[in-house]
Amino acid sequence: MAEFWTFYAWPTIWVVIQIVAIIVPLLLAVAYLTYAERKILGAMQLRQGPMVVGPFGLLQPIADGLKLMVKETIIPSGSNRVIFLIAPMLTFLLSLVAWAVIPFGEGMVVADINVGILYLFAISSLGVYGIIMAGWASNSKYAFFGALRSAAQMVSYEVSIGFVIVTVLLCAGSLNLSEIVRAQENLWFVIPLFPMAVVFFVSALAETNRAPFDLPEGESEITGGFMVEYSAMTYALFFLGEYANMILMSGMTTVLFLGGWLPPFGFAPFTWIPGPVWFALKIALCLFVFIWVRGTMPRYRYDQLMRLGWKVFLPFSLFWVVLTAGVLMAFDWLPA
Amino acid sequence: MVVLALAFYLFAGITIASGVMVVATRNPVHSVLFLILAFFNSAGLFVLMGAEFLAMILVVVYVGAVAVLFLFVVMMLDINYAELKEGFIRYLPIGALIGAILLIELLVVIGAWAIVPTAEERAPTPTAMPEGVTNTEALGRLLYTEYVYLFQAAGIVLLIAMIGAIVLTLRQREGVRRQRIADQIGRQREEVLAIRKVEPGGGVS
Repeated sequence: MAEFWTFYAWPTIWVVIQIVAIIVPLLLAVAYLTYAERKILGAMQLRQGPMVVGPFGLLQPIADGLKLMVKETIIPSGSNRVIFLIAPMLTFLLSLVAWAVIPFGEGMVVADINVGILYLFAISSLGVYGIIMAGWASNSKYAFFGALRSAAQMVSYEVSIGFVIVTVLLCAGSLNLSEIVRAQENLWFVIPLFPMAVVFFVSALAETNRAPFDLPEGESEITGGFMVEYSAMTYALFFLGEYANMILMSGMTTVLFLGGWLPPFGFAPFTWIPGPVWFALKIALCLFVFIWVRGTMPRYRYDQLMRLGWKVFLPFSLFWVVLTAGVLMAFDWLPA
Repeated sequence: MVVLALAFYLFAGITIASGVMVVATRNPVHSVLFLILAFFNSAGLFVLMGAEFLAMILVVVYVGAVAVLFLFVVMMLDINYAELKEGFIRYLPIGALIGAILLIELLVVIGAWAIVPTAEERAPTPTAMPEGVTNTEALGRLLYTEYVYLFQAAGIVLLIAMIGAIVLTLRQREGVRRQRIADQIGRQREEVLAIRKVEPGGGVS
């Protein structure tokens, strides 16, 4: 019986506690990201943003969540019921499982696996399924158009994300996310690899279907794209998934380029602040840029989006992979 | 160990069940989705074997790229289910034949161990896992040293296939106005914009 507790029960309970400790703050962060987005967009457009519910409108996301929860879920009669319902769940699920490998601080990670970065890449490449399934199962032309656009877009930008990851791996010498962060102890990768950081961030915008690459939603042409038939909680799951993915992509940018939990300088006043706080601050910075871009840039035309992915980012990132490898080789800087 | 065995039977069971569903289900889109489930669970099996790099690559390449395009094509097809069923009867003999051949081959392979006990010794033994090296590194060391020519040859085959696909599908259309990004960016204000002071009632000539 003692063996049962030490080998099976306690580890399981411990993992469940860790999962809860990540998911609850994450969902709160998602809720307040929507609030932050509306406030920042409001400020950019000389408006107030939400300000009625609670002080400074702080309870607005809770009110929105409650509203979505009590609304009626409508399933279109022509739809493919099972896939229609699985699609939002899948999107939401995938945006949560990726957090298992993200290191929040020194040793603060649920699963410190050797191929952490590949795991993230694999999970983010699955994100497209939620959208394709939703578009097909809705049995509506707008939804289908949205799904087709999204599939082509996500597959295109994944390739350049892959090359960016390869460049970072060349500099870090490990696929483990904690090791990648530790490799940035002296110099964050954003400084030597700045062009790649930009390519990664723009690809992350495309990968999360955010403005200016939000063609799968494209309100003005296809009225909301793949989620046009969704309502209430099914819609809310897509929404939560999208925002959780934004936070995840910001987390990835932080880990790969901004030194994860490391303070910007390794001396006194900076080292007093604990690692997870630095990590959260860096994520918040990336998220601010996400929203800033949305408030500034007009939406891309579809062929321009494809051109940017295949004809600009792909050759450029390929060139940088070769260049980085060459420089590391020539100066004998390759990590052991 | 019990957990490991349970996980194995879970992954293996779902893989086989979804494999069966790929052929059994009527809707082709459901088939592809079951195929994806099968890929995903085989990745789980790889993880159980300690081949985490292969598992992730399986998900990235097959699930993340190949199956997406597959699903893409199947969704676009305008499929008549009645015709599909007719085809099923017609192609049943060929399918059964291929199945039978595969079954016999499997039996021969497994049977060889029983018939010739020394056969097992002749099988190539897997290289021992080097100590203190991660999965990815071990694979890389082997691939880029001993098998570098084969690796490069495989790459060239893929490159030729890619060029072939592009050549087959590329068509030059006449009379299409293309966007020239460089021209658009290179446009100067003076070339396209003139500011005039318009007098009321005078108009612009």
